[in-house]
Amino acid sequence: MKKTLLLLAAATALAGIAAPAHAEGMDKVKACFVYVGPVGDFGWSYQHDQGRKYAEEKLGDKLETAYLESVPEGADSERAIERFARSGCNIIFTTSFGYMDPTNKVAKDFPDVKFEHATGYKTDHPNVATYDSKFFQGRYVIGQIAAKMSETGSAGYIASFPIPEVVQGINSFMLGAQSVNPDFKLKVVWVNTWFDPGKEADAAKVLLDGGVDILTQHTDSTAPMQVAAERGAHAFGQASDMYAFGKETQLTAIIDDWGPYYVERISAVLDGTWEQSRTWAGMAEGHVVMAPYTNMPDDVKAMAEETEAKITSGEFHPFTGPIMKQDGSEWLAEGAVAEDGELAGLNFYVKGIDDQLPQ
Amino acid sequence: MDMTQAIILTIMTAATPLLLAAIGELVVERSGVLNLGVEGMMIMGAVAAFAIAQLTGSAGLGALGGLIAGMLFSLLFGFLTLTLVANQVATGLALTILGLGLSGMIGEAFIGLPGLKLAAMEIPFLSDIPFFGRILFNQDPIFYISIIAVIGVNWFLFRSRAGLRLRAIGDSHTSAHALGVNVVRTRYLAVMFGGACAGLAGAHLSIVYTPQWVENMTAGRGWIALALVVFASWRPGRALIGAYLFGAVSIGQLFAQSRGIGIPSQFLSALPYLATIAVLVVISLNRRMTLINTPASLGKSFVPER
Repeated sequence: MKKTLLLLAAATALAGIAAPAHAEGMDKVKACFVYVGPVGDFGWSYQHDQGRKYAEEKLGDKLETAYLESVPEGADSERAIERFARSGCNIIFTTSFGYMDPTNKVAKDFPDVKFEHATGYKTDHPNVATYDSKFFQGRYVIGQIAAKMSETGSAGYIASFPIPEVVQGINSFMLGAQSVNPDFKLKVVWVNTWFDPGKEADAAKVLLDGGVDILTQHTDSTAPMQVAAERGAHAFGQASDMYAFGKETQLTAIIDDWGPYYVERISAVLDGTWEQSRTWAGMAEGHVVMAPYTNMPDDVKAMAEETEAKITSGEFHPFTGPIMKQDGSEWLAEGAVAEDGELAGLNFYVKGIDDQLPQ
Repeated sequence: MDMTQAIILTIMTAATPLLLAAIGELVVERSGVLNLGVEGMMIMGAVAAFAIAQLTGSAGLGALGGLIAGMLFSLLFGFLTLTLVANQVATGLALTILGLGLSGMIGEAFIGLPGLKLAAMEIPFLSDIPFFGRILFNQDPIFYISIIAVIGVNWFLFRSRAGLRLRAIGDSHTSAHALGVNVVRTRYLAVMFGGACAGLAGAHLSIVYTPQWVENMTAGRGWIALALVVFASWRPGRALIGAYLFGAVSIGQLFAQSRGIGIPSQFLSALPYLATIAVLVVISLNRRMTLINTPASLGKSFVPER
């Protein structure tokens, strides 16, 4: 008995030495956010900021937040992240793919600060975690809707940068569309920006001029939705519900809901239970939410709801074989499902996409 | 409307804000003042136009509001650089940063609201001309203003006495001053004209191009306008060519992509810049003419001797 007690005491003492002070939890945490666009973009950055506000609401006095908006990707962002790390932030969320290397670089110099990088794949240090949402799940659903709703059998896709997340989206959209109409045509235009309302509108106009009647986008502004509304076409909202910009135009929107994740991770810092993780959640976890299905006949709506339910329950995965690569070679055999790791590095198109993927 | 017409219209919409902002800055620089705050004045014009259109329900008043907002904002630059003789480069940069921040603050209440669009103004008879009628004479008022501005500024600079005086100030403010020209007053007027043009260009973005307010919606167009002025060697006609060329190549490359030609999109995205610079450099190859056109006092502060 005595021996056990002694051992226990020793173990506790050891734990006390090994664990850093804050692992015991903290009374108040400062969470900082770096955004690539302005919080008023009504798209990507807007949704992250909604998540920040949600966390503030949930955690109340225990949370203090700060954010920097319109921080360019690349070397510039390193200064922003470092400034936050220096200014007493306990956890820093860097919310764009291009912040990946800067985040890991700064993390090395500030081992006591937790870093959470969105949409990336590098976790070089134990204090870096990544998180992302399976937007491609939503894209499969809207692909199906597009194929049902298009009179020309084609859709226009306004894409930002050829990174895996965007490529997953294009492929998933196309697979969804092909499941309804095997001859579906997809026109992809790369605008090489996340946010430039004018350029996004230009791309939208050019695509509609070229004969497509449905638009979808992987850029952050509401401009394409507005152009579609003007021309009487249909479109899908991106990142946030853009219904107000096209009441007769929006079919649905893929909404990013980051709030619950932010609450979970910040709470983990408060409790001292934060650990490195690689989160990739989707519809099942409530990270990817579909806006109400509007401006479509009931049978299309029913089909979309059914697919959404199947993806949510895990019964169906958008990347289920047989799937051919663009060049006609086999990617996934009959019944095979793509691994998360493979999707995270996806850099090729599936068969039927009439575009050359920029490398 | 056939596809060619549709694409030309898209090009014109893309070129108009660039042209307007460039033509304003061209006059400012001809008077010897370098105002790098075009982006800031533009975004102030954009937010003011959107806000006023929302509050009054009139897109026309919005456009006017954008113009006035740009002008008032440029007065701040004028006061600092002309009256207080602050460094023009630093002040211009500060104006851009201030404009981007301030507009975000003012516009916060307007995020996510669908905007009002300035209606097209059809010009009777002329709009019936086959093909060109619909393109040239069924446009929004800001487009007409941009074209009138080019013609007007060209006439003003090279055909009027006041324009001659303005160019004289830009070339040598001390000589002009010695000849009895009021340097500071003329420059104030030039800066205000530049501000008004930039403000209207911003208004075009938020009530014609993409009728909505989002922060930072100018997305660098002010800087492109600034570059156009230099590459156009301070000639209004060349600024027009430059703006339309930039618009045409920007839209053309998007169109090419939608048709699926296999050229890397990164290269295509850089193409508008490359093409515009190349063409304007070629037009301005005559070195002697370029030197004559360059305002020699550009960016230099002027303190009247007493």
